[in-house]
This record gives sequence, C-alpha cells and structure tokens, in this order.
Amino acid sequence: MISNELILAAEAGANPLLPNPWEILVTAAGFAVLLFIVVKYIAPAFEKSYQDRVTAIEGGLEKAEAAQAEANATLEQYKAQLLEARTEANRIREDAREEGALILAELKTKAAEESARITEQAHRQIEAERTAAVTSLRAEVGTLATSLASKIVDEALENDERSARVVNKFLADLESQQNAGASN
Amino acid sequence: MTAFALPTATEPYVPPSISDTHLPEVLPWLAEYGTGFGKQMIMIILSIILIVWFFKSAIKNPKLVPGKAQFLAESAYGFVRNSVGRDIIGEKNFAQWVPLLFATFFFVLLNNLFGAIPFLQIPSFSHAGSAYAMAIIIYGTWIAVGVKNHGIRYFKLAVVPSGVPNWIMPLMVPLEIISNFIVRPLTHSLRLMATMLSGHIIVMLAATGARHLIMVQESLALNAVGVLVIVGSVAMYFLELLIMVLQAFVFTLLTAIYIQGALDADAH
Repeated sequence: MISNELILAAEAGANPLLPNPWEILVTAAGFAVLLFIVVKYIAPAFEKSYQDRVTAIEGGLEKAEAAQAEANATLEQYKAQLLEARTEANRIREDAREEGALILAELKTKAAEESARITEQAHRQIEAERTAAVTSLRAEVGTLATSLASKIVDEALENDERSARVVNKFLADLESQQNAGASN
Repeated sequence: MTAFALPTATEPYVPPSISDTHLPEVLPWLAEYGTGFGKQMIMIILSIILIVWFFKSAIKNPKLVPGKAQFLAESAYGFVRNSVGRDIIGEKNFAQWVPLLFATFFFVLLNNLFGAIPFLQIPSFSHAGSAYAMAIIIYGTWIAVGVKNHGIRYFKLAVVPSGVPNWIMPLMVPLEIISNFIVRPLTHSLRLMATMLSGHIIVMLAATGARHLIMVQESLALNAVGVLVIVGSVAMYFLELLIMVLQAFVFTLLTAIYIQGALDADAH
C-alpha cells in the first residue's frame, strides 16, 4: 500500500533530471564571476604568498648554511691554532730538555776536568813536596848520621871529603837495600 | 506540500517527492517554481560571495608566518593546487589550471555543504540545472584545450585508441565516442546531482517520517520509533557531510583528469 503511494507520489513529483533553465544560467554566470575573481585576484595572491615564503625560507636556509660554514671555518682555525700551540709547546719542552741535557753534560765535563786538574795539581804538589822532603831529609840525615858517626867513632873525621864519601856510600847502600826490599 | 499540512488523526503518510525540493520562488514572492528567482539561486550567489570573501580576506595581508585564517586558506588552496592540480595534470602544465580547479572545488564544496546547514538545508547541486551548468562548462573547457593543443586532430586522438588492432576499430571508435563525448559530461553532472539529491531526500524522509511517527501516530511504540529515526538521522547527517566533501573532491578530480587527458592526448 505504501509502495503504491510512493509510486503515486513519484509520479506526481517533477522529474529530477529536467533542469530549470534559470538555474543553469545563474550557476554558469555565477561560476564565471567566481572564476574571474579567482584568476584575477585570489590565485595570484596565494601564489605570491607561497613564492614569498619559498624565497624567505630558502634565504633563511642559505643564511643558516653560511653561518654554519663560518662556524666550521672558525672551528677549523681554532683547531689548527690549538695544534700549532701544542706543537710549539712540545718543541719548547724538547728544546728545554735538550738544553738541560747539554748543560748537564757540560757541567759534568767541567767537573771532571776540574777534578782531574785538582788531582793533577795535588799529585804535582805531593811530588814536589816529596822531592823537597827527600832532598832535605837526605841532607839532614847525612848531617845527622855524620855527626852521630863522628860522635860514635869519636875520631875526627874532620876530613870533609872522606865523610862525604862515606855518607854517599851509606846512602847508596841504603838505596840499593831499599830497591832490593822493593823487588822482594 | 501535503506533508506540511496540519495533522489529522486519519492523515496517511505521504512521502516527500521531488516537487518538495522545488520551493516557490523568492522573486516574485511565492511564484511557481521555475518562473523566477529562487532560494537555490540565492544560495549559488551566496556561495560565491562567501568564497571570495573568505579567501580574499585571508590573503589580504599575507604574513610569512600565517595566522589561523591564512593558514586554513593556504592549506585549502595548496590542497587543490598540489594534490589535485599538480598530481593529476603534471608539473609542466598545472599552474594555469589551478584557478579553475580551485574555483570548481570550493564552488561545489560550499554549495554541497549548504545542504548540511539548518535553514539553508539544500545542496544547490541537487537541482540538475546547476550540475549541468558546471559539467557543460568543464566539457567545453577540455574540448577547447584538446583542440588548442592538437588542432582538429584532437578528435581523432580522443576516439581512436592506439595499439589496438584495426579489425576491432569499428567497435572501439563508436564506444570511445559514446564514452568520451556523450557519457562523460552526463556522468560528471549526474553523479554530483544524484548524490546530493539522495542526501537531501534522506533528510526530507527522516524529517517527515519522524514527524508522522511522533505527531500523527497514536501508538506509543511507533512514537518511540520516530525518536529512533531522529537519532539515526544524526548518523546520516555525518555520512552526508562526508559524501558532500567527497563528491566535491571527485568532481574536481574528474575535471583535472579530463583536462590532463586533453593536454596529453597524444601521449598514450
């Protein structure tokens, strides 16, 4: 029953496919106006805004890239400077060490020379003193022995020539005895 | 119009008909539909004013960092420009077609959405005349594009498929003529008109049906069913919103595809 009514109603209604010519006209004219405004004003404004943004962003990116590059360059520079300073410090340290070693060696040499010199001098002095002592001892011992012998013998060995001969013979004996003792 | 009459106890349910979408004209006041200037035409003009007003004011003082309105407008413009224009027509030629696609999309979209706004409550394109007008404009446009780019040879390119054996041509050529030059504008317009009209009929059906069930019927159970119809119509409302947006998108997408086909007619 309802379906019958539906059919009746549909038959009573207008055909939805048949257009109202006025609506075609208004829609077409309205769309033409809209399209004109869009072409003339709206689309260019949006495209411009879009382009501006692209430019701005690209400019910003370029700026950021430049800043980055500059920062990198500065960093490299600092790194190079740091390396240089480190090398310099190393070099200075090395130099100081070398110099120190050199000074030390020099001082050692000097000290050794000095000590050698002092030893040499001491030897020489000792030798001289010994020679002096031997000479003076020899003379003294001669005199002493002579006076002792003359006292013991109690004869006037006043003859100097003879006494000198006796002393020399005694000393030669003494020396030969000494040498024999040393060789033994 | 019977459905809006005062209810009587014995009143039968009369479903709404197409005639109910044809309201009396506004100028002259309450004149018979089709004889003057009606609500549907007012809404067409209103849509144009709203589109122009919104997009012009949104882009009046463009900022590098956009405000809410500018962002919304730019996103909408960018959607048509990139997702429809550039992706379909191609990087080389799309720029000059963006305004047409933009105008088409928002013209159809806003007029569809009118169907979801109380008091306006009629999608303009549920009236066949408007859908025909748009389809005709676009039909004329892509044919003109084809002829301009390929000369009169365009018609041969459009109806004679390449890479098809000759013996099948007598079958293919008439089919291509029918499909490209006759069926295409009809489906383009009727798809939009029919989806919008059906959505509108569902609104009318839900409204008159719920009113009948609640006001006319005396059984409490049927009254309750009427309330259910209203609850259900909310879900239908959101489905309709989806369809309104989708159909505006489809209509614009097809426009782009037709233009692309005419531009690159010799490419296949």
